[in-house]
Amino acid sequence: CALAWVYGVSRHRRGAPTGSTSNWIRGQSSLAQQPLHTARKPRKGEHKWAAVVGLEIHAQISSNSKLFSGSQVCFAAPPNSLVSFFDASLPGTLPVLNRRCVEAAVMTGLALNCHINKKSLFDRKHYFYADLPAGYQITQQRLPIAVNGSLTYGICVGKRQSQVTTRTVRVKQIQLEQDSGKSLHDDLRSQTLVDLNRAGVGLLELVLEPDLSCGEEAATAVRELQLILQALGTSQANMAEGQLRVDANVSVHHPGEPLGVRTEVKNLNSIRFLAKAIDYEIQRQIKELENGGEILNETRSFDYKLGCTVPMRDKEGKQDYRFMPEPNLPPLLLYDATSLPAGADSQQVINIDQIRERLPELPSVTRERLVQQYEMLPEHSFTLLNEVGLLEFFQNVIKETRAEPKKVTSWVLNTFLGYLKQQNLAVRESPVTASALAELLDLLDSKAISSSAAKQVFEELWKHEGKTPTQIVSEKKLELMQDQEALEQLCHSVMQGHPQVVMDVKKGNPRAINRLIGLVRKATLSRADPAVIKAILEKQLSCHGSCPPA
Amino acid sequence: MLGRTLREVSAALKQGQITPIELCQKCFSLIKKTKFLNAYITVTEEVALKQAEESEKRYKNGQSLGDLDGIPIAVKDNFSTSGIETTCASNMLKGYVPPYNATVVQKLLDQGALLMGKTNLDEFAMGALGSDTGGSTRNPAAHCGLVGVKPSYGLVSRHGLIPLVNSMDVPGILTRYVDDAAIVLGILAGHDPKDSTTVQDPVKPFMLPSLTDVSKLCIGIPKEYLVPELSSEVRSLWSKAADLFESEGAKVIDVSLPHTSYSIVCYHVLCTSEVASNMARFDGLEYGHRCDIDVSTEAMYAATRREGFNDVVRGRILSGNFFLLKENYENYFIKAQKVRRLIANDFVNVFNSGVDVLLTPTTLSEAVPYLEFIKEDNRTRSAQDDIFTQAVNMAGLPAVSIPVALSDQGLPIGLQFIGRAFCDQQLLTIAKWFEKQVQFPVTQLQEFVDDCSSILENEKLASFSLKQ
Repeated sequence: CALAWVYGVSRHRRGAPTGSTSNWIRGQSSLAQQPLHTARKPRKGEHKWAAVVGLEIHAQISSNSKLFSGSQVCFAAPPNSLVSFFDASLPGTLPVLNRRCVEAAVMTGLALNCHINKKSLFDRKHYFYADLPAGYQITQQRLPIAVNGSLTYGICVGKRQSQVTTRTVRVKQIQLEQDSGKSLHDDLRSQTLVDLNRAGVGLLELVLEPDLSCGEEAATAVRELQLILQALGTSQANMAEGQLRVDANVSVHHPGEPLGVRTEVKNLNSIRFLAKAIDYEIQRQIKELENGGEILNETRSFDYKLGCTVPMRDKEGKQDYRFMPEPNLPPLLLYDATSLPAGADSQQVINIDQIRERLPELPSVTRERLVQQYEMLPEHSFTLLNEVGLLEFFQNVIKETRAEPKKVTSWVLNTFLGYLKQQNLAVRESPVTASALAELLDLLDSKAISSSAAKQVFEELWKHEGKTPTQIVSEKKLELMQDQEALEQLCHSVMQGHPQVVMDVKKGNPRAINRLIGLVRKATLSRADPAVIKAILEKQLSCHGSCPPA
Repeated sequence: MLGRTLREVSAALKQGQITPIELCQKCFSLIKKTKFLNAYITVTEEVALKQAEESEKRYKNGQSLGDLDGIPIAVKDNFSTSGIETTCASNMLKGYVPPYNATVVQKLLDQGALLMGKTNLDEFAMGALGSDTGGSTRNPAAHCGLVGVKPSYGLVSRHGLIPLVNSMDVPGILTRYVDDAAIVLGILAGHDPKDSTTVQDPVKPFMLPSLTDVSKLCIGIPKEYLVPELSSEVRSLWSKAADLFESEGAKVIDVSLPHTSYSIVCYHVLCTSEVASNMARFDGLEYGHRCDIDVSTEAMYAATRREGFNDVVRGRILSGNFFLLKENYENYFIKAQKVRRLIANDFVNVFNSGVDVLLTPTTLSEAVPYLEFIKEDNRTRSAQDDIFTQAVNMAGLPAVSIPVALSDQGLPIGLQFIGRAFCDQQLLTIAKWFEKQVQFPVTQLQEFVDDCSSILENEKLASFSLKQ
């Protein structure tokens, strides 16, 4: 990571400069000889900074109903239309655990190589806020459902960022907890509007150990987590819709010294801003420390317009959440093949081994498979998965075309993706469908058109005028000349018309043949394969005079 | 009619000797005459009469729903009743009309019972009647000469019971006769998917056998319950009861529950902690009382909660929050949990040694006069009143208070039986045998009402209230 080591001038080191400690200690004589050593300022670039980033991620569980009540989970419903008595904290209502949410937690834990706790507990975390009707959140503080896992992600390194190397961040724990409602502050009318639709929706809180060191690592790790959650179906993990929320804990320190004071950065609603915010915060802390200031253990918000982090007004000093066991929920017991009680009702128990067997293909396995199956480079497989919808597009093209997979890979990742990026479009907004591209690649594969013609066709397709590749080829007369005889005639007539060039070729001028090819191509209105032209010319040249045209 | 057993009344209804509407009206008449006692917060005359009409129809068609069809019942005002104000006797829930019925209420209504109204309690049940967290069904039963049953924790659904201490609360049953309580328990018991702390095992309504031979029983007398504060009258009755069992051939032995003396303090820590947590939802936002202050959310919360809760409730919330603070949690809450385990184990050990039920006093003495009652502060009073009933809630065991005799002052005194977990049927069977031996006099309601009519003239007593 380019930003992992930042060099800066530090005022913190007075006294023995690095590197000369041994001289310093050895003898008083040095003192007399080098009296200025104590006052020497460290040279710029001498003191590295290391950044430490820990992430707390909340993923909304993809389920029909909420974690402890039967009300529906649905995005953008009319306010307070999905609120059960329990969600509204009506007195006397009790939580009932949603089986699907537990399964989602187990699946996610298994996918992240966690140890699944066969017994986990629920707790109440108390604080007062308008969007928390009960005055407490039910969470798993003492004993969460999954612990000690790992998340492996691939980061681009090397020249031109073309090589992929894998890194790992440890997963401390995964816990089930309730989401809060939403409150909107209307300062104009001095009121707060509360919508409880989201109150009680199931969340997976994933705590990552502070193994990350910069924005890029964090962004990549989160992206990989998104892919995993989406592959599992346990969360749609869409950051813009609030289904995935990331808080970053950031601190800096000098390597070898204790960790610095950390700040918490919240309100990050895209992967891009996540990286930006973290990098900004790292820089801010370094600058602050280098100027002799100190870092406050505070919560900051990312202002995406200004591109900087600002302290959050709302948060008070340290809160005591007065954790207490949730008395209305017995311990959550999970089983595996060995511990499953005989004759147990399968509706009432959860079997970890069964869940493990049914896990869908994870992104890392998908990428591996793509590399093996289609002989692509690892970095290609990363790109295919990282771009939303691209893998599906790719696979649809593969299905419908006869062309070689390598050709498909190249066209999808270079041409297709290039066009998308240029116009900032998502795959689903593409004017070119997978079928269209497949048809185009078939034309190319059957040598009906040249590759430069194909590029032209693609550009036409992008205009989205409803024409098929075949139609475009026909309209623009881009077909390769198939008529061997006609082509031979043309070659012959071009040679006759340009005796000087022919002479140059015969003299051994290597570039002259290209001129001839170019002339023939012009004559064919670029509808002939240069390789084919070359072959004919060479044949004709070699038997010039003795091989009359047919 | 109003003094008969449930089965007798039910039979009378079936035979047409009395109709549900007549029964209902008799009850309401009595309720009106005893209004000065302030026993009801809400009287649901219209609702009950409508239910009575429907019951009557069923009886006419020979399609009665069972023993409870047409029987008047009252429900403590901390049970959620759909469309009927539920206040927990607190300002905080004044005007709160729930949109759903507690499971136990629904079960009773499904059996055709007539809901007379919602009965009074100490604010949020922090002290007296109807649900049982520390003895609040058994204590009033003893003082009023009734049968008060506390079922095993997990046997009866708490869904809709506005909680005091979730890990100790159970719906309690107050009736005149053990048989009646057994009928009701049979209807109420059983797994409720809406309450994850109810046991899964299926429960069938049970008929209590009429026990004749107690020679195979072993009755335990916990020696730690013989405290100096116990009134001589209660002690004497307790002793007589033990002798009775012995004379009929049962084995009566002294047993020890060594951690008894810690139960009040332990209860206090756990109760206040859970209370602090359970009361956190009362913020004036979604339902219930909301103050007029709208300067800020915090100010609104603070004023709402100050106005909505009385001193006792606020005191417990503050205590509970103290115990739950990070720096105190280990020393108070965790410690109390451990002590609770020890207390529960005391009972397990005793029952494992062959004891079938424990026989103890329910209260230290007969009911204390009002003026004396208001002298001690609430905590001391709770400590005194609940000393025999408390530990049972901590252990989750079933218990029942049976009226035994009238004191010299003419006030009822009861004794308590404590059973093994989920052996409620056995417990009530033994209690029923004892009830038969004791022959506690039936309350003479008409005399009482006539006596009271003269008191009605007195204004002071008209404002008599159990609320502080």
